[in-house]
Amino acid sequence: MTPSLALVVAVGVLVGTGVYLLLERSLSRVIIGIALIGNGVNLLFLIAGGRAGGPPLNGSGPAEDMADPLPQAMVLTAIVITLGLTAFVLAMAYRSWQLHGHDEVQDDLEDRRLAARLLEGAEVDTRTDDSDLETEAAEARDETEESDVVGTQEGKR
Amino acid sequence: MTWLIPLPVVVPLVSAGLALALGRRSKAQGVISVAAITIMLVTSAALVVLAETEGPQVMSVGGWDAPIGIALVADRLSALMLLVSAIVILCVLLYSLAEGLQEGHEGAPVAIYHPTYLVLAAGVANAFLSGDLFNIYVGFEILLAASFVLLTLGGTGERIRAGSIYVVVSLLSSVLFLIAIALIYAATGTLNLAHLSVRLGEIDPDIAFVLQAMLLIAFLIKAAVFPMSAWLPDSYPTAPAPVTAVFAGLLTKVGVYAIIRTQTLLFDDPRMDRLLMIAALVTMVIGIIGAVAQDDLKRLLSFTLVSHIGYMVFGMSLANQAGLSAAIFYVIHHITVQTALFLVAGLIEHRSGTTSLERLGGLAKFAPALAIVFFVPAMNLAGIPPMSGFLGKMGLIEAGAAVGSGLAYATVAAALLTSLLTLYAIVKAWNKAFWQSAPADLPRNHVPRSMFGPTAVLASLGLIIAVAAGPLYNYTDHAAADLTARSPYITAVLGGAGDLTAEEGG
Repeated sequence: MTPSLALVVAVGVLVGTGVYLLLERSLSRVIIGIALIGNGVNLLFLIAGGRAGGPPLNGSGPAEDMADPLPQAMVLTAIVITLGLTAFVLAMAYRSWQLHGHDEVQDDLEDRRLAARLLEGAEVDTRTDDSDLETEAAEARDETEESDVVGTQEGKR
Repeated sequence: MTWLIPLPVVVPLVSAGLALALGRRSKAQGVISVAAITIMLVTSAALVVLAETEGPQVMSVGGWDAPIGIALVADRLSALMLLVSAIVILCVLLYSLAEGLQEGHEGAPVAIYHPTYLVLAAGVANAFLSGDLFNIYVGFEILLAASFVLLTLGGTGERIRAGSIYVVVSLLSSVLFLIAIALIYAATGTLNLAHLSVRLGEIDPDIAFVLQAMLLIAFLIKAAVFPMSAWLPDSYPTAPAPVTAVFAGLLTKVGVYAIIRTQTLLFDDPRMDRLLMIAALVTMVIGIIGAVAQDDLKRLLSFTLVSHIGYMVFGMSLANQAGLSAAIFYVIHHITVQTALFLVAGLIEHRSGTTSLERLGGLAKFAPALAIVFFVPAMNLAGIPPMSGFLGKMGLIEAGAAVGSGLAYATVAAALLTSLLTLYAIVKAWNKAFWQSAPADLPRNHVPRSMFGPTAVLASLGLIIAVAAGPLYNYTDHAAADLTARSPYITAVLGGAGDLTAEEGG
């Protein structure tokens, strides 16, 4: 079985672009990245199914001329799953925009704490913070924020 | 009795629909959820008995026999995992009922907690029972989609941030899994695990090695093995306490289960065992160093979770019966203990309004019952004899020493060091939260007995495992023997038709 070169190249381009977009901070780009990778993998399943053939209906012809139906069933499942998850990430991006006025993912909390300490010029070991995780997350500096306030005011843009 | 097998998947799924339809009646939702999980628990117990007495139980979904149809298989390993998961899911459900999460606590929407939780249970059960690689993927997606919703419950800023990272990492691992599935199908023409086990032996070993690596990377991300573990301590602590507890207990273990299943049944490449052992060593040490540095109880526990996944991977990487048996025992022990600890962290948060070790204090005096229910699973996690953690680590170290290679000895040393550091981290948390005088006045909310009860049950389950360690080790030994022999699983699924190899030859 020789896979079609066009399909292979398409898979490479889709997944490659998808990975590039996945590395972005902005959730809306990440969504496009996920969709691209998902489609790339769906094409990969078509390649895995072997050569093209007639519809795999019982009685429509000899079995050797039929396409392999199993990868198509799997692609359908994968499409549905990708759709659902994309919708979820989209909702999350919208919620993030509601809260912060942008949909960019903030830094890890520990990273922000370290950055904050370094900014203060203090030694990394001085642990005088008396706040818990939630308040600290709100106070800690975040390089994706232009101002220091991680407020909940809507539509800061 | 094969009609029992799909029940742990079907019952929670159907109940999830019912619970969603009854969104406005939270009492009815609670009753449905508890009933569904109880049925799941009883079925799993029956499956454990059946798997032990009559061998692997197989059901072909839709009447299509394997390898064409999808098989659901309950062998010793999956039945045991299912039983422990059902116990944990039930305890956490009772805890969250008492906490009133479904009633809008912490801004959570009223209607969706119970349906989502049931979907999560169904996904976990599907992943454990599936005898088909693509169906395992579907199980993963079911539980992941549910976990996304649970992790971002209420949609606060911090949860959305943690959720974004968790979601993207999970999606990436799912995509890798899917790519691996496509490549495996292209190479072998089947996805039935038993059939694959026969077919993968026939292809070029180097290609099989690449396929194995792809699958492993996807599962190692889910199981949070270093260097793919950074997402876990960042995302878990922000979720509501019962959600974190059930995630910590189950989700990573589903990844571990998938690794055990595929590594033992499909592949036998000693090169990968060496890599796995190195990953186990590094995971243990890096994870526990992270835990030592934390000053928030939930984050500390998340890092110990990562670290102790290393023990299970170590047992697997030994690739012999003793190692696997100890690894399975350790998984069972760790599910109960880690869930109990996160529930206690939830109780502490409920009582004092914080889990920051800098602000907590004096709990041993004000809440002695809470102190006991923390102390027991904490010491169990650290592996103090004669608790189950000690027995599990003992089994792993014995198995490691029996292998006797330099790397195995190094990993055994790392395991001992990790055990010591776990004790140190736990004792530090104990001193700060329970013994030091409180730095500031903390609220003293009443902890309802109905929240305390499930936590105490889980905490004591760790002790019961220790008491029943003899029969349990016996069972895991049998399970590991089945896994290393492979043939019981394959014969049960393919019905003795081992000659499928000659049929078409991929």
